[in-house]
Amino acid sequence: MEVVAIHQISPDQVILFTWGVITINATLVYTWMIMALLVVGSILITRNLSTDRSMSRWQNFMEVIIAGIRAEIGDMVKDGVNTYFPFVGTLFLFILAANLFTFIPGYVAPTSSLTTTAALAITVFFAVPIYGITKQGVVEYLKEYFRPTFIFFPFHVMGEISRTLALAVRLFGNLMSHEKVIAILLAVTPLFFPVVMQILGLLIGLIQAYIFAILTMVYIASATQSHEETEHKTNSNH
Amino acid sequence: MDSISIVAMASIITAGICMAIGSIGPGLGQGRAVQGALNSIAQQPDERNSLTRTLFVGLAMIESIAIYCFVISMILVFANPFWTYVIKKAGG
Repeated sequence: MEVVAIHQISPDQVILFTWGVITINATLVYTWMIMALLVVGSILITRNLSTDRSMSRWQNFMEVIIAGIRAEIGDMVKDGVNTYFPFVGTLFLFILAANLFTFIPGYVAPTSSLTTTAALAITVFFAVPIYGITKQGVVEYLKEYFRPTFIFFPFHVMGEISRTLALAVRLFGNLMSHEKVIAILLAVTPLFFPVVMQILGLLIGLIQAYIFAILTMVYIASATQSHEETEHKTNSNH
Repeated sequence: MDSISIVAMASIITAGICMAIGSIGPGLGQGRAVQGALNSIAQQPDERNSLTRTLFVGLAMIESIAIYCFVISMILVFANPFWTYVIKKAGG
């Protein structure tokens, strides 16, 4: 079943129905389906948690995922895993779920549309200064932009904007290219090679979700790091 | 040759050249990055986790250049603004 035709570049162009000024396209529908799946699944799993040795297999599954994400974040920052875990973990799980369901026929990954990835990247763009300011205060955070000298201010600003653009375009480009390659292969060699590319797509989706979360964590860590350095210095002086 | 054929020809040729030249640099760069990471892992296997994480972040940075080229060639083939402009001009 082909939802996105081969000449369409994103699922935004697949319009399911229009009602007044509201246009419902395939990206919106699949985004809300993924969100509903994650929320309802989490509620169902965490409804009866147990702390003794007899736990449900779904709770075990959930604990493996959560502990893995927490360990990965804990490797990058010394403290404050609980502060960063909700944001980075949510990004990772949403992108992972959105990417991995592409093996279901009729499903189009919402991350293969530039609007979804741009929205995710903009949340990162705003979350980094918020975490930086809460960690080290407005003045200390703004001082980072003028290091080593004030000449570097425009370069810092340009770096912030270009890395947000890179986050959005990287995820979009990988997923969109994967869908286009599968669509072209289906037209050329219909039986075997699209399956191989679908299997490769699972790997691509996992790696892209990992890279998005890790890069977010790197940006947050770099915005909150100077505080830790000064703290370390005062501790060593005492 | 009318303007429609010129725009179509220029777009398709530019998309191919953009992909071809744009993937040379990131390919070489990613090869060097993986080579360096493998050498480091062979020397210090204990540091494998942090090396792998840094490698993935670096590869993503290098890869984004190739992705830019890819997106531009995709725009030229699938969603070309000049193409739609010329079609509109020719149509009415």
